[in-house]
Amino acid sequence: MNPADTPPGADLLREEIIAAGGYWTRTLDRWQRLRITDVEGRQACSLLAYNADQPTERFNAPDTVKIQNQIFLTTGRVLFSDLGRVLFSIVDDTGGHHDALAGFGDSAVDAARYGTDTGTYRDLGNDFQRNARDNFVMALGRHGLGRRDLVMSFNPFARVRVAPEGALEWEPDAGRNGAAIELRAEMRVLVAISATPHVLDPDPRYQPGPLRVEIQTARAPGPDDACRTFSDEARRGFENTDDYWAQVSA
Amino acid sequence: MTLLESRLDPASAVHDEIQLPGEPWTRVITAGQRLRIVDLEGLQAVDTLCYDAHDYENRYSAANTIRAQRNLFLTTGSELVSTEGDTLATIVADTCGHHDTVGGACSAESNTCRFGHHTRSMHNCRDNFLNGLSRHGMGKRDLAPNINFFMNVPVTVDGHLDIVDGISAPGAYVELRADRDVLFVISNCPQLNNPCNGWNPTPIRLLVWDAG
Repeated sequence: MNPADTPPGADLLREEIIAAGGYWTRTLDRWQRLRITDVEGRQACSLLAYNADQPTERFNAPDTVKIQNQIFLTTGRVLFSDLGRVLFSIVDDTGGHHDALAGFGDSAVDAARYGTDTGTYRDLGNDFQRNARDNFVMALGRHGLGRRDLVMSFNPFARVRVAPEGALEWEPDAGRNGAAIELRAEMRVLVAISATPHVLDPDPRYQPGPLRVEIQTARAPGPDDACRTFSDEARRGFENTDDYWAQVSA
Repeated sequence: MTLLESRLDPASAVHDEIQLPGEPWTRVITAGQRLRIVDLEGLQAVDTLCYDAHDYENRYSAANTIRAQRNLFLTTGSELVSTEGDTLATIVADTCGHHDTVGGACSAESNTCRFGHHTRSMHNCRDNFLNGLSRHGMGKRDLAPNINFFMNVPVTVDGHLDIVDGISAPGAYVELRADRDVLFVISNCPQLNNPCNGWNPTPIRLLVWDAG
């Protein structure tokens, strides 16, 4: 079926809401697409990604920005693993700003921002103030992974500017209600998402928002696919990926 | 960039060795000891990882280091922050003034993407790290984004990043104080495909002084 003939919603396999402050994890098949929507524009989203069949291969932020000579990733760019292969292609992006360098927070970071006496389960029940590090440990624990596997995250919807001398500056109010990014898995990808505030968000109030995640059916990219043809570097990354996939899918 | 010279005399160092380019080096620097890395001939990238010597799962975190100082570059006063939020080491002297946190380590695979499939067999820092980590019972899961001492990776306001000509002069050094017992794993970078080593990887000198 030609994609243009596909009725709206026909590609949708599953739709879920990640509660504000919560986490989510899933394994995606090759070429399935994960669409993440920042429902309330809170920019509270951190993402880790691994080769589901060999999780020692994982998202590598330095390789991603170095290979593509660009720290701001948007449509046409990809997330590289540490083995020169593509985990995710960014096939759509209505927000336009994503951070890949600042990482994610933990209990100490949150205590410094929100205070040490607030945010407990005892006081807030299930609205308690969860932090990204603990969320990732709990999500990855489902897959036999743990804190040893925590690496730099990709943080959709966050805008972090870099000043000429390297200073990082949080861009306030850059979030947009309903901003979405769509990632196409290029192998079987284990993904974990934490819906917690960005580590540089100076807001003294803990107020992440919900994220909508939509899984869409696998659809093979065409020969003129924007990500596959973006640059010679990307093309070689896809050659590495396709060669690997030919081995594991044989 | 905060240039500061050290008062420590090489004659009083408890350890002093020359490390050739393209080789891994590992050593535990105990709390309070100082490690000086000297770029003997200049323009040499020194890829460096650190681990809590008593808890290897608590290791250098580029993101936490960047977040803590809100800056991409390291110099005097920079604290190397771990994945668990601990300060592993602090830069206490620096005559170069500019060290990279986001360029990562070269690898056979990333070289194929960046420079072509024909570069796969070239020596690289990721292999050195795996070799060095294996001496301590660690492996690929323990690789983390690393520091590149003396490497120059400017980032423009529109996000363009590139590894460009270095700024470290012959004899430039960076000196670190271990804030707990820290395992250092260093790859003296063998990259020949870009200017990170001035197109000519050269030796470094590693000196250690006791606390006090």
